Amino acid sequence: MSDFNNKKSDLPVTVNITVNGEGFSFEAGERKDQVSSSETLADTIRNRVGLTGTKISCNHGACGACTVLMNGKPVNSCMVLTVECDGSSITTIEGLKNKDTGALDPLQQSFVDHTAFQCGFCTPGMILNAKALLDEKPGATPDDVKEALSGMFCRCISHYQVIDAVMAVSKEKD
Amino acid sequence: MAREHRYVGKNVIRRDAEDIVTGRAKYVNDLNFPDLLIGKVFRSSEPHAVIKSIDKTAALKVPGVKAVLTWEDVPDWKTGVPEVTRVLDKKVRFTGDAVALIAAETEEAADEALSLIKVEYEKLPPVYDVEEALKPESPDLYDEIKNNLLPSVDPFFGPDCLSDLIMGDVESGFSEADVIVKDTFSYENIPNPIPAEQPGVIAKWEESSGGAPESVTLWVSNQFPHLNRMILRSIMRKVDVRIIGNHCGGSFGTKLMSWQVQCYAALLSRAALKPVKMIYSKEEHIAAFVLRPGSRLRAKVGMKKDGTVTAVSGDWFVDTGYYSKTTQLQVAVGCGEAQIAVKSKNWNLKTNIVCTNRNASGIVRGFGGQELKCCLFPLLSRAMEKLDINPFDFFKKNFIRPGDGYYWRDGVWYTYRGIDFTKAIDAGAEKFGWNEKWKGWLKPASVNGVLRTGVGMGIHGNADVGEDVSEAYVRIHPNGGAVLFSGVSEHGTGQVSNFMKMVADVLRIPFEKVTKSPTDSLVNPNEFGPAGSRGTYAIGSAVINAAEDARNKLFEELAPKLDAKPQELDTEDGFVFVKDDPDRKLHWSKMGYDRSITGFGVFEPDFTLSNCMISFVEVEVNMETGQTRLLKVVNSTDVGMVIDPPGLKGQLYSCLGSSGIDSALFEETVLDPYTGHILNANLIDYKWRTSLELPPIENVVFETPMDSHCFHAVGVGEIATSPGPSAVLMAVSNATGSWIHEYPVTPERLLKIISEKTQKQDR
Repeated sequence: MSDFNNKKSDLPVTVNITVNGEGFSFEAGERKDQVSSSETLADTIRNRVGLTGTKISCNHGACGACTVLMNGKPVNSCMVLTVECDGSSITTIEGLKNKDTGALDPLQQSFVDHTAFQCGFCTPGMILNAKALLDEKPGATPDDVKEALSGMFCRCISHYQVIDAVMAVSKEKD
Repeated sequence: MAREHRYVGKNVIRRDAEDIVTGRAKYVNDLNFPDLLIGKVFRSSEPHAVIKSIDKTAALKVPGVKAVLTWEDVPDWKTGVPEVTRVLDKKVRFTGDAVALIAAETEEAADEALSLIKVEYEKLPPVYDVEEALKPESPDLYDEIKNNLLPSVDPFFGPDCLSDLIMGDVESGFSEADVIVKDTFSYENIPNPIPAEQPGVIAKWEESSGGAPESVTLWVSNQFPHLNRMILRSIMRKVDVRIIGNHCGGSFGTKLMSWQVQCYAALLSRAALKPVKMIYSKEEHIAAFVLRPGSRLRAKVGMKKDGTVTAVSGDWFVDTGYYSKTTQLQVAVGCGEAQIAVKSKNWNLKTNIVCTNRNASGIVRGFGGQELKCCLFPLLSRAMEKLDINPFDFFKKNFIRPGDGYYWRDGVWYTYRGIDFTKAIDAGAEKFGWNEKWKGWLKPASVNGVLRTGVGMGIHGNADVGEDVSEAYVRIHPNGGAVLFSGVSEHGTGQVSNFMKMVADVLRIPFEKVTKSPTDSLVNPNEFGPAGSRGTYAIGSAVINAAEDARNKLFEELAPKLDAKPQELDTEDGFVFVKDDPDRKLHWSKMGYDRSITGFGVFEPDFTLSNCMISFVEVEVNMETGQTRLLKVVNSTDVGMVIDPPGLKGQLYSCLGSSGIDSALFEETVLDPYTGHILNANLIDYKWRTSLELPPIENVVFETPMDSHCFHAVGVGEIATSPGPSAVLMAVSNATGSWIHEYPVTPERLLKIISEKTQKQDR
């Protein structure tokens, strides 16, 4: 950030983002090694950071497959321009595991235990949306879960098992 | 006495579970190669036209563009039934047909090149309606095919391939009937399963070397690597094809028809001599990839008061879009499946497979049977109404029982030797409360102001559970582990893990000690792939046989060392022991630390078993807005034995999506008849079910052992979508009091029917 502010106006603008705790610095520009003004966060994560757990499916914000957490909130990363992300902290599906212990996030573990996926293509988006919900509302109800996942396109209809998996982690008391 | 299974039937965590929840699972678009080029398709803006000229000079000048190909630049690769569809042609046959292919170093360069291609078309009149297309005055899509009527036989199913359903004497059948009903129903909303992952491929062309032919390696997304290879070999002729499978982000059958995207990428790689990745956009996925076939039935049925169907006669029109590769096969299986659900001695059902100017139809779960039943069941319902027959009694009476038979896809008569599904049919009805809710035909189950509820049911069975050949190897190692060599790739059903569970149970070793070979056609023996619910029985049998073969070879190897006969031996946790004296044992390592033992297993086709799925649905219709809500679904089935409880649950829940039940409620592909454009080729305008609208689904599952393999199971996943759509149509007809003849029951369609009825009553 400080770098960005200190730059002279004729130098390329730098976009600094943190992905899963690791800092990345990208120059904005039209060269292949630079981030163009039309590059989406989804493409940056997949092609520059090299994390392919973030899936691109519809590429126009309608299916949720590309969901990442931006400063803790879920966003469709195909609808966010990377040049707008300076200073943001991004969490992708690869960032949920506990770095020190290697343990899965309780939500990931619950998805495993409940087989809350079929083909798995939408699963990263499902988990990250659920994660944002539980971070904000640890006692989420099934209706909260349905609402939080309503932007997730899943044709295998994994939803029923996903709701079970999320509710197993929710601290909701009946 | 059979020993308890350790893994089969138990909740075992899927082998790829951690890969999926951590984002490590690699789908084709997640793979990367040095020098990888991006492939794109320039698509036709015209539904039907001859290409007069293509100017690609400007496109070729874009920096980073490595190849631009048109029909003039590519070999005459053809496919379809018959083989008339060229990979690139001088004629376009639907809005979105491929005109030119581009490979470039970056997506931006490819996009820029796309925008610079200029095409001059000589427009031809298009035809979109299946019966219209058959008229002599309508334009022909292919010179080789008169009146757009395709041959109804596909040699793939043999010379006697079931092409029509003709048997008995319909005239005498109709003369025995208590009622005869003639009507037309259509399931032509061409719903699209739209798996989340779009079709795509990476192709790497290799020039010939050392006398070996040219070859291409493809990293694909589908569940049928060997079948995929067979299709490509038939198109590319002398080119050797190697297929490598990955995680498949959903297919529902569709992605076997990926030959186009695969040929495009292969041709570009051949031209640029670099690997080429081509991933369709969602728009291409919906508007230029395969759809469900359109189905229209113009027929009459005769029925007796006791629910006996005395005759079925008429025309089944199947709209296959601009070409067919599998529609004949779907028609064959559909005709077979009709006989599993409906007993009639007399049929004269003629099929018409027709080309129209829209994107092609391909494989979708339900494979012909769902398409036919969506029209046949409403027709039968009209006869039931006239005779006041409860559809539950009708379907229970008519569904296949041991000793009954059917002409299957190869035109051969098979006698069914499976179980009686009555128990599942009864239990499903009880769970649903059918008897309490059924008020008679065209009568709502309840009325509350403008809200009316209605109930409906459907049934489906498929003898493809034992279709086609499977092969597998199981290699066992001195360390007490095993490797399964099978051509399947994981497409969401969890079957890859299930086959490893079977290996672990046959060899009595821990599941963790079983691994699977990479899905690579060069490495694995032939495998037709999971289709038509054949995974559990057909693939499972090959896997079991391979594991047993390896085990038997191991026993032969170690028997002399144990001073016993091979048949006196058993194995557990990597030790071979004498059954009557378990202390006499040897570890597998005694086969030799530097050795392995490979077993081979094969499954030969068997069409004498069927699965069964019954779905009951309750809907609520708002008579003022025309809105239909799905209130409840009960699915009931008998699978012999559950292999994977959560996996089965997931398959049964999937009855809604992937052009299942929701194809009766709101899913449809909207084709503009003026331009041939698909108007809802995106995930906002194409309507799909969200998590806010999940109805309660209850699943009833029985485990009556079946005479299949050592686990006595058959698969059922594929057919989960099939009984639902016609059940919804029945339920909505009952709720509104009017026969609905088309799918889906959109508010617009329902309001029209409701207001017509009101006007009639007013008169």
